[in-house]
Amino acid sequence: MENRKFFHSVYLDTDKCLGCTTCLRNCPTGAIRVRGGKAKIIQSKCIDCGECIRICPHHAKKARTDSLKCIKDYPYRVAIPAPTLIGQFGLKYSIDRILSALKSLGFDEVVEVAYGAEIVGRAIPAEYGRDNLLLPVISSACPAVSKLIQVRFPELTGNISTLKSPMGVTARLARKRIEKEKGLAQKDIGIFFITPCAAKATEVKDPDNWDDAYDVINGAISIKDIYGALRSVLRTVDEKNIQKASSMGFGWALSGGESRFVQNRQLIHVDGISNVIRILDEIENGNLEDIEFFEGLACIGGCVGGCLTVENSFVARMVIEERAKQVKSHGKDVMLEDVVIKKWLDEERLHRRHPLQPRVFKPLDDDFQKSLDKMQQIEILESRLPGLDCGSCGAPGCRALAEDIVTGHAREIDCVFVLKDRVLELSKLTSEMLQMGHPMESDGTDKEKE
Amino acid sequence: MNYKVNFEVEKDDFEKAGEASRKIKKTLKQLGVDNKTIRHIAIAGYEGEMNLAIHSDGGEIILEVSSEKINLTIQDVGPGIPDLDLAMTEGYSTASDKVREMGFGAGMGLPNMEKNADFFEIHSKVGKGTKIQMSFNLK
Repeated sequence: MENRKFFHSVYLDTDKCLGCTTCLRNCPTGAIRVRGGKAKIIQSKCIDCGECIRICPHHAKKARTDSLKCIKDYPYRVAIPAPTLIGQFGLKYSIDRILSALKSLGFDEVVEVAYGAEIVGRAIPAEYGRDNLLLPVISSACPAVSKLIQVRFPELTGNISTLKSPMGVTARLARKRIEKEKGLAQKDIGIFFITPCAAKATEVKDPDNWDDAYDVINGAISIKDIYGALRSVLRTVDEKNIQKASSMGFGWALSGGESRFVQNRQLIHVDGISNVIRILDEIENGNLEDIEFFEGLACIGGCVGGCLTVENSFVARMVIEERAKQVKSHGKDVMLEDVVIKKWLDEERLHRRHPLQPRVFKPLDDDFQKSLDKMQQIEILESRLPGLDCGSCGAPGCRALAEDIVTGHAREIDCVFVLKDRVLELSKLTSEMLQMGHPMESDGTDKEKE
Repeated sequence: MNYKVNFEVEKDDFEKAGEASRKIKKTLKQLGVDNKTIRHIAIAGYEGEMNLAIHSDGGEIILEVSSEKINLTIQDVGPGIPDLDLAMTEGYSTASDKVREMGFGAGMGLPNMEKNADFFEIHSKVGKGTKIQMSFNLK
């Protein structure tokens, strides 16, 4: 179906899939088809948003992440936890305690991604001074949203911020510092992102990625997978002073957290992939020309709603907001100095290597004329289908089935209603034929033979 | 013209408004039309669709695609525009307060369509209706 291979962390556990069509009807990019009773993913359309992981009643959709064992391959091990992590364990334990617990699982060092989040956030105003600025500037923090834009809103790829994600910045700065401080070779340092979602895991593992996450980060471990181990050591771990991030930094885990860095500009922040799609549609239609910044996060509530987290996203939100208040009231909320941010910006350490390109799609046909013919066939076919979008055929809707038929991936009788009509026709025909009888004489001899 | 499809737009139906332009965008992407052209058509089509919902007594959008160009026709059954020159002026709008509160009716609709299309023609008769024909060249 496609020429290029795409890396995806989301995959199907075939044994668990019943082919029930739940994921099919909820996939925001129409990337799933049930074929042969299993929910297959169309690689070129999948954006790793994790909606299917969240919604599958049989837990058949999963994300490929690394196990804690992987860190053993590196002499010096660094964990870089997403800001979401500190929202997973209520308010009983301090941030330092949670980070110390993480370190005790086998890491030499823990560096908060919330620290990188503050750096990226503080660098956003500089985006408005760059050449070829397109408004609104769209946040590059959520990789599922960036992919969504590549796939569904290709004309808006130029609007995406040229800054790296907080994860990328955190990893790069940590790696450089450790190489220098400890005199270690690049290959001896293993940096692992503690991820709340599948999209971030993809960002780490995709060598084609536009960020340089693949080069500086060695793996992605899901919050869900280490949650139990963390819980069991939280009470007893020797608490160290690790926290460096400010409340603005760890607030990034919440929808609107990044937008707080954007001062005096008209902005919209939206969470939930379908809401993000609605706003991108409006931007593409030229309907939101006054908006200068758009923060779109694929998961409800922001990163706290990631499909690889454990705590309820609304509870996690409350926990993170409370922690922000506590840090402030203790006078421990120290922000980085402006000169530091400026220095890193000047040294080009915060920008992506490549501009984000639209994902090139294979049209209906390479020949435009044939494409037009096929599109007309799709219209005709769609008008013959019932329009119920029931999903029984294995496609997410009647239009999608019509497209699949014309591109040779499905048959008209995959539609149960068309099939029923055909069977009815056939049974009528059969009974008519039976009633016709055989052209024989009443004595049973065949006329023609004589 | 080789591919043709119609979308009906009803008066005051803001719930459905935007649906036609969304479908047009998707169709053009599948056909393999370049992204820049799609963006122009998306903007012009959306303005047209909104105009039908806000100002007309109902109408339709017709999309026609050939290998040379894309035609977008927006026609309605009334009420027609009394002064076309004035209507084509940026910032001029007859939209009601209710519509303006929804964020529409800034008076940029028609000029915006003209700006985005390679060919733009508008005819209108009071009591009869308005017909806008736009073309977008393919390469």
